[in-house]
Order: sequence, then C-alpha cells, then structure tokens
Amino acid sequence: MSTETITPRAQEAGSAAAPRKQGRLGLILRHVTIYLAAAIFVLPLVYAFFSALKPNTEMFSMPPRLIGSEVKWSNFAEVFKFGPFLTYIGNSLFVAVAGTLVVLFVSATAGYAFGRMRWKGRDAVFIAFLATLMVPAEVTVIPMFQMMQWFGWVDTFRSLIFPFAFGAFGTFLMRQFFRGIPFELEEAAKVDGAGTIRTFVTIILPLAKSALAVLAVFTFLGFWNSYLWPLIVTVDYNAHGTLPVGLATFSTQQGTRWDLQMAATIISMVPTTLLVIVLQKHLIKGIAMAGLGGR
Amino acid sequence: MLRSAHAPRRGALARKEARQALGFASPALVGLAAFTIVPVGLSIVMSFFHWPTFGERYPNGVDNYIRLFTNSPDFWPALRNSFVYALLYVPINVILALALAMGLGPRIRGRAALRVLFFIPVVTPIVANVLVWKMLLQPQGLFNGISLSVFGYQLPNFLADPQWAMIMVVVMSVWQGLGYNMLIFSAALEQLPETVVEAALIDGAYGFRMTWNIVLPMISPSLFFATVMTMISALQVFAQPQLLTGGGPGNATQPLVQFIYNQGFKFQNLGLAAAAAWILFAVIIAITALQFKAQKRWVHYEH
Repeated sequence: MSTETITPRAQEAGSAAAPRKQGRLGLILRHVTIYLAAAIFVLPLVYAFFSALKPNTEMFSMPPRLIGSEVKWSNFAEVFKFGPFLTYIGNSLFVAVAGTLVVLFVSATAGYAFGRMRWKGRDAVFIAFLATLMVPAEVTVIPMFQMMQWFGWVDTFRSLIFPFAFGAFGTFLMRQFFRGIPFELEEAAKVDGAGTIRTFVTIILPLAKSALAVLAVFTFLGFWNSYLWPLIVTVDYNAHGTLPVGLATFSTQQGTRWDLQMAATIISMVPTTLLVIVLQKHLIKGIAMAGLGGR
Repeated sequence: MLRSAHAPRRGALARKEARQALGFASPALVGLAAFTIVPVGLSIVMSFFHWPTFGERYPNGVDNYIRLFTNSPDFWPALRNSFVYALLYVPINVILALALAMGLGPRIRGRAALRVLFFIPVVTPIVANVLVWKMLLQPQGLFNGISLSVFGYQLPNFLADPQWAMIMVVVMSVWQGLGYNMLIFSAALEQLPETVVEAALIDGAYGFRMTWNIVLPMISPSLFFATVMTMISALQVFAQPQLLTGGGPGNATQPLVQFIYNQGFKFQNLGLAAAAAWILFAVIIAITALQFKAQKRWVHYEH
C-alpha cells in the first residue's frame, strides 16, 4: 500500500511511525474539510427544495426558516396549473431527444468516413472541420436568426433542433473512437462478403456503444439546458417554449411567484440529476476523454 | 501478370470507397455548410451592413465597427465586464476545482457520491441554478437573513451594488461550473502513480512542496486544457448575468454576449450585433493564442 512508498522518505524525516500517525490525523482533517465544503456547496439546493414547500408569503421570512407554517406539496401541482409547464417539459424532451438522434447519426457516419475510410483530401477536410470548433456560437446566432426568418423557421421545433446539431465535436469524438478499433474485424467482415453499410451497422456501431453513450449524454444535456438560442428563436412560449425559457415565466408584472418558481426549478433539476447519478461512469469517462485530450 | 490484373481493380475499389466515404460524410458536411459555414460568411457580410431586423438594409462599410468603439456607450463597459468576469472566474474555478480533486483522493469515504454532488450544478439547467441564487441573494433572502438574525449585521444589497453584483455573478458561476474541472483534474490525477498524490498530501509541508514540484507539473497538460476551455467559456458568459442581474445595476455586470444579444434582439440592430460578435471572436482567439504561447513556460508534456 501507500505506506511502503512513504517509508523511504519517512526514514529521511527521522522515524517510520510518525508519518503514519500524521497521515491518520490528516485523513480525518481531510474528511472534515471535504464534508464541510460539500455541505456549504449543497446548501443552495437544499434551501431551494425546502423553499418550494413554503407558502408564498413566507418565502422571505425573517429570521429565515427552513420549513414554513405548513408544508405545501401542492406547490408542485400548482406549477402545472400556473402556466403550460407540462408543455415546456414535453417540448424540451422532444427537442433534446430529436437533436440527440440527429447528432448521433451525423457523428457516427462522418466519424466513420473520417476515421476508417480512405479517400483523397480526407485529412484536409477533417482539419477544416475541426477549425469550425473555434467559432463561438455567438458569431453564428445572429446570422442564424436571419436565416431562420428566411426559411420561415422562426418559432418552430426545426429551428430548435437542427441549427446546432451539426457541430464538429461529435464527429471528432467518434472518429477518435473508431480509429481505436482493430482493422482486422472489418477485414474479416469484408471477406465474408459484407458491404460497407452492413459492416458499419453490424460490426462497428455495436463496438462503439460506449462512445455513442458518452456523446448521447452530453448532447442531450446540451439541448436540455440550452438557453440563448431558444430565447432568440422562440416567440410563442405556449407552443414551442422549452424548459429553460419557461422557467423564467414565473416572474410577471404582478411580481414573482417565488414559491412556484422554486418548485418549478426543483422539478427541472430532477431529470438531469437522475441522469448524472445513473450514468456517472459514462459522464466521468466522457470528461476524462475530453480532458485527457489535452495531453 | 498478377499485378496488372490487380491494379485496375484496386483503383475501382478505391474509387468505390471514396464514393461511399462521401456518402457517409455528406450529412455532416451538408449540415456544417448550412449551419456553420454559411452563417459565418453571412455574419461577415452583416457586420458591414446597416441590417435592422425589419426595414431597409444597406452596406455601410466599417461603420458598425467604428460605432462600437466610438459611439456605443455600453460596448466598452461590456468588454471590461467580460474581462473582469473572466479574470475572476477562471483562476477561482481552476484553483477550487483542483483543490477538490486533490482532496477527494482514493482514501476519502463516499468519494464517488461526493463527486456526483459537486457535479450536479454542471448538468442542471443553468437557468434553474441562477434562479436559486437569485432567491438566496434577495435582501430578505437566506444570506442576509442569517446575517441579520444571527449577527445582527445587515449585508449589502448584493444585486443592487455594482461591485457586489459582479462578485455574486462570479460566485454563482463558480458554484455552477466547478464540478466539470474537478472531474477533469480527478481523471488526470488518477493517471498518476497512485501513491504520489497521497504521499504529497499526507506529508504536510514536505507534501506541499511535493505537490508544487511533482504533482502539478505532472498534470500540467490537463491544467492547461482546463484553463483554456474555462477561459473560452468565461468570455461567452450570458445566462448568469442575464437572469441574476439583467446586466445591472446600470450596465455593471453586462458582458459582451449580453451586449450582442441586446443589440441584436432588443434594439433589432443585427449588423451592429454581428460586428460585436466578431470582436468577441477576436478577443477569444487572441487570449487563447496568448495562453498557447505561455504554455511553454509551465506545461510539461511527457514525450
């Protein structure tokens, strides 16, 4: 264990037992520090949750209380009566799922073409492809809005799904993954007489499940949480509003319904939080893939 | 004999493969052309036009750019706000994320659960996160409420004071973005020989020097990557000030992206907004290039 590697330096320091004891105390201190930090960190979420259960008049009581005079679970139901909140959730779900499917299809096919097929100009095209990653969305949203007007796409689901479904990131991720698959597998399939499409669908895609899962999770989250673009391109929230733009509708001319605002906020946090808990391995892997890409 | 029989077949096969590759790549290529290349080109054109959302458009040369720098009262403050935000946000985020990643070593109980906890605000809708903080930061909110009732001390009205508003936009953003870099650093630390980090932390002062001299250089490629990416995202900040402060008080927390949004979609001046977006792009490129130039001084690659 780690004590073995400490020993040489422990001897250097004088005694072999000292660092061990110090280590235990240090470990306890570290637990205390970390858990304290975690408690502070999670406080806003906990307080938001309890606030969602308070009557609106007690949201800002002085001194602040975690639990109000009554526990109003009905706030969560009220959210759906106050506005078309269910529609926002449904719209977000539809846009995020459709967008993710488009991204997966486009990235897998292009990743295959760039990663495993030989064609003239492949590498040059790929580099041009990657260069587009540098362009920030802010540069494209202005002309994109103009294009949406020309297409007649303003205030449609199409405009929420397609404009940001063709980024180079997914293709890059899939290409990197495909390159790691041994070529013999493909050769064997070809010898057996399988065509390119069949090889791709039956051999390559099943092997790429984990990379596709990583891409799917990040793409879904990107669509689900997207704010700037829906804010620009959505006019009628009742028809095409997504969850993030819908969340801000609890502030009206008459003031903010903070109780409902917090209940809606908590509701909107539940799906993605569950997604993280269930898929933590994929997420960590995906981030490691991205982060270690810096090497 | 054999060679001459094979040569044309191989050529035909290669042509077939190239054709198929084009088929495979075409959805991505067409989509990228339509939704990235064309908009970028159009954006350049628009930035040299008087281009209102509705009404007559006409080319006006570099007027938009000149107007930004000389006759657009919110532009310089927006540029300054973006810089102030980034210069506060990036170091605080990176340092705290690194401290957390190092603190959450393999010997910490509940390590996996804690990691998930710190990661939650990264994936919950940013709008939801901001609204939670907006509630906490109200004058009658939790923070001032605790301070008043426990210490009898009235905290400043955070969102109404220009300096505090910016600080709170940063604090809220760090809270929300911390978990991402934490996971990047955790992944990098796990690539190290297991005992190095543990030993470095256990040994106190000796350990600090070891962290500084051994661990940090070993993960410097990840530190560099995280710093570059975090800087880029910081310069693109929008939702936090938009929802927390509305860019105010006045324009004290209005960053460049919010300026672009306001010009384009509040004041309907798409040409000016496009020009401002190109300034933003130039700023991002310049700062990223600067970081790449500086990396030789502190980033150690293993090969």
